Parts: sequence; structure tokens; C-alpha cells
Amino acid sequence: MIGRVVTVAVLVGLAVVSWQIVAGGTPAELGDVSRHYVERGVIENRASTLVTSVVVNYRGLDTLGEVAVLFLSVSGVAFVLRRFHGEPSAPPTPSSEIVRTGARLLVGPMLLFGIYIFVHGHLTPGGGFQGGAVIASAVLLLLLAERDRPLPHAFLSWLESTSGAGFVIVGLVGLAVVGSFLANRGVAGLGEWNRLFSAGVIPIVYTLTGLKVGSELATLLDIMMRGERKEGGR
Amino acid sequence: MIAADVILCVLTLAAAVAAVVVRGLLSAIILVGVVSLFASYLFLRMGAPDVAMTEAAIGSALSTVIFLVALRRTRRKS
Repeated sequence: MIGRVVTVAVLVGLAVVSWQIVAGGTPAELGDVSRHYVERGVIENRASTLVTSVVVNYRGLDTLGEVAVLFLSVSGVAFVLRRFHGEPSAPPTPSSEIVRTGARLLVGPMLLFGIYIFVHGHLTPGGGFQGGAVIASAVLLLLLAERDRPLPHAFLSWLESTSGAGFVIVGLVGLAVVGSFLANRGVAGLGEWNRLFSAGVIPIVYTLTGLKVGSELATLLDIMMRGERKEGGR
Repeated sequence: MIAADVILCVLTLAAAVAAVVVRGLLSAIILVGVVSLFASYLFLRMGAPDVAMTEAAIGSALSTVIFLVALRRTRRKS
């Protein structure tokens, strides 16, 4: 009874607070920093989308932090589920013919589409995180279809750490050459607007992010599914 | 198109409420995935394709599968 009263009170309080936020409306004027981003973002970085310009250049340090958070959560899952590794695995139930044939058809295009998303991050919507998630979906389909196929863990781990280190190195090069971490102008040629090789370091950073996110999520899925497989064999 | 948006908003809310109310955990997981799928379309309609892609790939694909795996493992144990 008391719990229910408290729940209703909290909900009413939340509603009042949210109503005040919504009723205030959106401010008519942008702040100084926001106006600079909106007006100069596309021109300064020669990226075709403003979102990319903000995420990779102006807020690049935040993106590095997000990648680090993802890395830590995958490490946590691997640590918690580690005890399933040493147990002998029973042969898993094979997937149906439909799943296997569909996976064989779809995994290639899905991987290619994921790579396309992060390589064209500065030209079209999407970027490292989205491309990495699509790649992880392709790996998930592969795991569902051929459950006894081992993933190349040494390669994935190498890819993950190399791309993570590459991200930091790109940032440090900016610090050394121009004097600000992850600087874009003055570090690499900006190139012609709306071309594949343009926008300075943005495509490099997005490619590294995509590879890192993709390999991390693929490892995470494999750890979880393999644990389940061994559990199912008992 | 506005009518379609309104219908989709109502469906999203209905799926979200159903996910909380429904008895079976499996149905709840699928309904949460459905909420993500509808939400990703709404994000696309509101002009945020980046968010829509993330929501579709992570919200409705990866996290649904992770929830399903977790459900299966916990059920076996009890």
C-alpha cells in the first residue's frame, strides 16, 4: 500500500517536472557555441552532415569516452561469464536449413553494408557506432546459423585494440601538430566537399570506431551465445 | 503522413504498456523489440536518421537477442 502511494507520488512529481520543461517551449535563440556549430560545422570540417561534424570533431573526446564505456562493459561481461569457458561443450543442435541458407546469402551483404555505413560516415547519415552495430548483427546471424563455428578471437582482439589505439594516436597527432586533441583542420587535407576522400581525419576516426565497435559487440555476442551453448549441453 | 505518425505513436505506446502488463517474459521481450522498431521509424520521420539506425540495430536487434539469451539461461538454472 505504502509502496503504491510512493510510486504514484513519484510519477506525479515526474509529470509536473516534465510538464514545466515542455511548457517552456524551445528557446528561440541558440547559444554561442551552438550557433558556431550550426553555422560553421559543415564548412569548417567539409563533412556533409552536421551530426558527424559535431560527433567526431567538436565532441570527439566524448566519442572516445563512449567507445571506452563500451569496451569496459564488454570486459565486464567477459569477466563475469568467464567460468563457462573451461567446461566441455556438447555438440549444439544444428540450425534449420532455412536459417543456414538465409544466413549464407545475407551475411556478406550485411557486413559490406556495415562497412559502407562507417566509411561513408562523413557523407551520409550514420557512422562508426551504427556501422559497428550492423556488423555485429551480421556476426549474430552467422552465430545463429552455424553454432559450432568458432570466431577468430585473436584477430578480433587485435583489431579492437589496434583501432582503439589508432583513435588515440589520431587525437594525439592533432594535439602535436595544431595544439588541440582530435583537431581536424591543419592535420590532414580537407579535400573537396562531398567526396569520399575528404573531411580530414573524420573518415579515419569513423572507420576506426566502426571496427572497434563491431569487433567488441561481436565478441560480446559470442561470449553470451557460447555460454548458453555449454549450459544447454548439460 | 501525419495520420500514419499518430497511429504509430499510439501503437508504440500500446506496445510499451503491453510489455509491462503482459504475463509471459518472452512476450514482454518481443514487445520491447517492437517498441524499438516503431520508435526507429518515428525517429526517421522526425529527421534523425542517425538515431533511427542506432535504435533499429541496437534496440530492436542486438538487445532483444541478448535479453532472449539471458531469459533462456536463467530459466534453465531454476
